[in-house]
This record gives sequence, structure tokens and C-alpha cells, in this order.
Amino acid sequence: MFIYTLKRLLQTIPVLIGVTLVVFLMMHLIPGDPAQIMAGERASEEQIELTRDRLGLNDPLPVQYATFVGNAIQGDLGNSIRNGRAVTTEIGTRFWVTVELAFYSTLLSIFMGLMAGIISATRRNSPVDMFIMVFALFGLSMPNFWLGLMLIQYFALNIDWLPVSGWGSPQALILPVITLGTAGAAIIARMTRSSMLEVIHQDYIRTARAKGVKERYVIYKHALRNALIPVVTVVGLQFGALLGGAVLTETVFAINGLGRLVVDAIGQRDFPIVQGSVLVLALLFVLVNFLVDISYRFLNKRIELD
Amino acid sequence: MDNTNTIIKVDNLQTSFFTHRGEVKAVDGVHFDVPAGKTLGIVGESGSGKSITSLSIMRLIESPGRIKGGNITFNGEDLLAKTEAEMRSIRGNKISMIFQEPMTSLNPVYTIGDQIAEAYQIHQGLSKKEALQKSLGMLELVGIPSPKARLKAYPHELSGGMRQRAMIAIALACNPQLLIADEPTTALDVTIQAQILRLISGLQKELGMSMLLITHDLGVVAETCDYVAVMYAGKIVEYADVTTLFKQPKHPYTVGLLKSLPRHDIDQDELQVIKGMVPSPDDLPEGCRFAPRCPFAREMCVNSLPDLRDQEEGNQVRCWIHTDEWDGPEVNVKDDYDYGYRTVEGTES
Repeated sequence: MFIYTLKRLLQTIPVLIGVTLVVFLMMHLIPGDPAQIMAGERASEEQIELTRDRLGLNDPLPVQYATFVGNAIQGDLGNSIRNGRAVTTEIGTRFWVTVELAFYSTLLSIFMGLMAGIISATRRNSPVDMFIMVFALFGLSMPNFWLGLMLIQYFALNIDWLPVSGWGSPQALILPVITLGTAGAAIIARMTRSSMLEVIHQDYIRTARAKGVKERYVIYKHALRNALIPVVTVVGLQFGALLGGAVLTETVFAINGLGRLVVDAIGQRDFPIVQGSVLVLALLFVLVNFLVDISYRFLNKRIELD
Repeated sequence: MDNTNTIIKVDNLQTSFFTHRGEVKAVDGVHFDVPAGKTLGIVGESGSGKSITSLSIMRLIESPGRIKGGNITFNGEDLLAKTEAEMRSIRGNKISMIFQEPMTSLNPVYTIGDQIAEAYQIHQGLSKKEALQKSLGMLELVGIPSPKARLKAYPHELSGGMRQRAMIAIALACNPQLLIADEPTTALDVTIQAQILRLISGLQKELGMSMLLITHDLGVVAETCDYVAVMYAGKIVEYADVTTLFKQPKHPYTVGLLKSLPRHDIDQDELQVIKGMVPSPDDLPEGCRFAPRCPFAREMCVNSLPDLRDQEEGNQVRCWIHTDEWDGPEVNVKDDYDYGYRTVEGTES
């Protein structure tokens, strides 16, 4: 187990190098001169040259990359162009809001998705199964922002149970989490159903029944654990997608998360903020996938690294 | 056969699958009993209904299959009248089953120890610790080397033969009165087959169990069984004690099966086979189900299905040849099989 974890950890290194490289090159890939953009449109030649010098843009690329990575490791991602504050502080306050939102949404997706998927699979082709699958299709096809608006309209405006927007109180959390978690729940439900159906017809399930195991334990002990691997993969991807994809939900509910920070920064051409946010999100994504891989091994001891 | 000594009696068992194409009769009126402490072999080709028979006894037929009729009496109790909860307390406890595929019959995510211990936890209410202790004893009993380490092993860490031994340990954990072994050696290497077979027979005698051995391999039957039921297309065509079956087979299908065994005592240029194929259960012949492949078939065979009739010493056979109604010349099924004769048109294969 330790060796597996270590190996998997080492495997993230090339990914991390790739991520930092791409993020670093963004600076050079955007149209125009980064120094020109940073110095502003009306800057004089000298000002631009000064900026270029300050940013180290006159150094050879490898040196610039090394400096970038070196600074990033020390927690220095540069300063915001708009207000001059350190990028890390700007991101830091927003980061946890988005992580919290994504975390609760994922939790809701897992809970609802697993329940629905298991019920569907054990009652295949029954009216309950069809109802759940149609419902899941709805959940999957509904655009987040629309669902969010509908929830606000009903729960916040019509019956006034929950706040329209904001962040901080548990009540304020409910609607955004439902909005963001629904699509994930639908995907997980469908995944769980098909995975369970496959497992339920395996020989070892028959063995368990022949042993006298109660049907409930046949499903939750013998079948579910085998069916979970593809589901865990989806959960991991889902969580990653939520981090980046929470932008619309954050906008609808006026939540000051990372998503909104990035969108605002793009609008204001606040380049270091965009760069820093992308880097942080990418790192988080790598981390989540690493955790998913580790959990495979807990679920099924057969999984080995090649 | 004396009824008091019968551990399980299957009477007119009918199990069908209800598909969109209509009813498929997988098991169609099967009778047999297993005397206490003895082994009954059920022999037949794939699709003859032998596995469905064994799953019916366990009441593990899954939808769209259903036990349509008949009786299964185990120790004087009607199994078909039991509730699901009552059946659960019998499965893995009084009646156990070993399956054909050791590679896939164990749950890949739990240790061997956990899977054996589960039987004790369910049926004897033991704690995990006590159950594992007893599981260790079972692993020793089935001859798994270094059992203590194997207790913590996962199925993928064991070979096929070792996994089948683990399966046997699970099945025998609670000292069942009846063991159903469904092709227990078919998926194993030939050298391992003999070992596993010897292990099962040895334990059967040691523990005084009765056994129902499902197989297509007459060699396995000869080695382990006391009685044999030969199944063909959902029905039993011959029932006999093992000596009589091999010495004096009465049904042409049994003879055909025996003749298709490779022989080592004479030089054979080619293996004999029974011509044709087992009829599909959704399209069964009207008369004797073996008639289309039988070298002796006459018009009466094609038109009407014979009953399973008593022969000497409790043996039974389902064939017109052994009845007074037989309208053909006298036949010695065993000796005349190779020459056979076909007098009915349309039965030529």
C-alpha cells in the first residue's frame, strides 16, 4: 500500500511539470506583448521596457520558467495588476469558498446518486427504476444557472424559506449546493446503476446468496464495493469539474468564489490572477485524482500499478 | 429405496424461463432422490437442465426463471413451501453448493478468511474472531498450504485449484447435510481435477454428507458416484446405480455418452460422437426428445414420449425399447448401438 501510494505520488510529478509549463506559457501565448498588456495601453516605450525588465521577460525562457516555479513553490504568484495585492492572498480568501461549495455539492451528488442508482439497479425495469432514470436525465440536461434561478424563484422569492444569495450561513449554502450537485447526482446515479447491474450477475454474488447471505448484505456488502470503482472515478472527475465549473452558480447566487474571481480577472485583464487561479485549480485537480487512485486500491486490492 | 434414508427427494420438478418468446422449459418433470450419505451424479450435456435443477433445489432461480411445479422434500420438509428467510437459514448451512468457476466464484474484494467466516457469522452467530478461528480449521481441512497466511489472502493471490479448495471450505463450513457440486472440476487443470475430486469424496465420507454431483464427465461419475441420473433436454432418461449404468446401460443416449468417451485399451482412429445436437428447450421434439439423434428411433418414438419406467433394483429408464409396447425387433441397446437401424423417415441426421 505504501509503495503503491509512493509510486502514484511520483507519477504526479510529470503532470505537475506539465501544468506549470502550460500555465507559464500562457503568459507568452496570449496575443500581444505581456509587458505591453501589463504596463497598460498608453504606456511609453520606456515604461514597457521597465515592466519587461521587472517581469524578467528579457531572460531566456528556461530561466523565466525556473524563476516562475521557484517563486510559486515559495508561495509567490506575483501581484494583481488591478489592486497590487499578492495573488496568493486574493485567491486564498476565495479558494475556500469554492472548495466548500464543490465539496458539499459532491457530497450531495454521492449521496443522492448512490441511493438512486442502487434502487434503480435492484428494481431494474420497474416503474421506480424508470422514474429515477427519467429524473436523472432531467438532472443531467438541466443547465445549472437555470436550475439555480428556478430554485431562487421558488424557495427564496415565492415561499421565502431560504436566502436569495450570499455565503456564510448554512441556509445560504442549500440552494447553491443543490444547483451544483444535481447534475453530478444524475451522472453518479446512472453510473451506479449500470455498474451494479454488471456486478449483480457475477458468479460471486450467486456464491454469496448460496451461502445464505441476506439480500440486503448481498447488495451493500458483496455487490456495492465491487461496483464502486467506476463510480469513484466519476466522483473524482465531478469534483474537479465543479471547481472550475462553479462560475455560473457563483454568479447566480452572488458568491465570491474562485470562479467569479477568474471571470472578473479575465474581464479586467488581470493576468497574474488568472494565471495563479488556473495553477491552483490544476493542482487541486491533480490532488483529487491522486486521492481517487489511492481509494481504488482500498476498494479493490487487485489493482496494481503497471 | 427406503424413504427414511432419503435426504432429498425431488418430485416432478418443473422450472421454466418465461421470456418474450414464450415459456422455455429448462427442467421438465424431474424426479430423483439422494439416499443419505450417498452421492448421486446428474449427467448430461450443456443445456440438459442439470444446473437449473441444482439451482432450483437452492431456490436460487433468478427472474425470468421460476419453479413452476413439483416438490422438493429435504429431510421431510417441503423446500418449495419455505419462506425466503427460512431458505436463507438452509443455504450454506444444511445445503451448500460449489460452483464451476473457481476463478469468478469468490468475491475479489474480500479476503478468503472473511468469506469463509461469513458462513459462521450468519448461521452460527459467531463473532468475527471466533469465525476466523474456525475458518482457519476449514482451510487446514481442505488442504490449503500455510492456511494462516491464506486466511488474509485475496482470491486473486490464489491459483484455480486453491480457490476451488477455498470454495469447498466455504461450502463445508457449517457441516451441510447435502452438498451440491455443480461441475466442480470442469474449469481446472486435469492434474488438479483428480486432487479436488478426491478431496471432495474424502470429505464427503468423513463428514457423512450426501452429495449431488452435477457433471458432463462420465469419468468423474465413475470415480465418485453411487447412483447416476442421466438428463437429456430437461428430463431424466435413465436412473441407475453406478455399476449397472456402466455395465448395462439401457437408454440409447447413455450408451452414446459412454461410447463417446475416449478409450485407452484399444486403438481408436477417431472418437465416436452422438450425431446432432441437444434440442433447444424452446423447440422440443414432441415424442422422445432423443429420437432425432437415436439410431433405434421408430415412428412411435417420434410420436409419443415414453415414461420413466421402473427396471430391476430400483433403476429406471425412459425408452420405448424397454417396454412391452415396443413394436420393433428385439434390441440390445449396448451391443447394437453402433449398427443401429433407422426405419423412420425424417429422423436421419
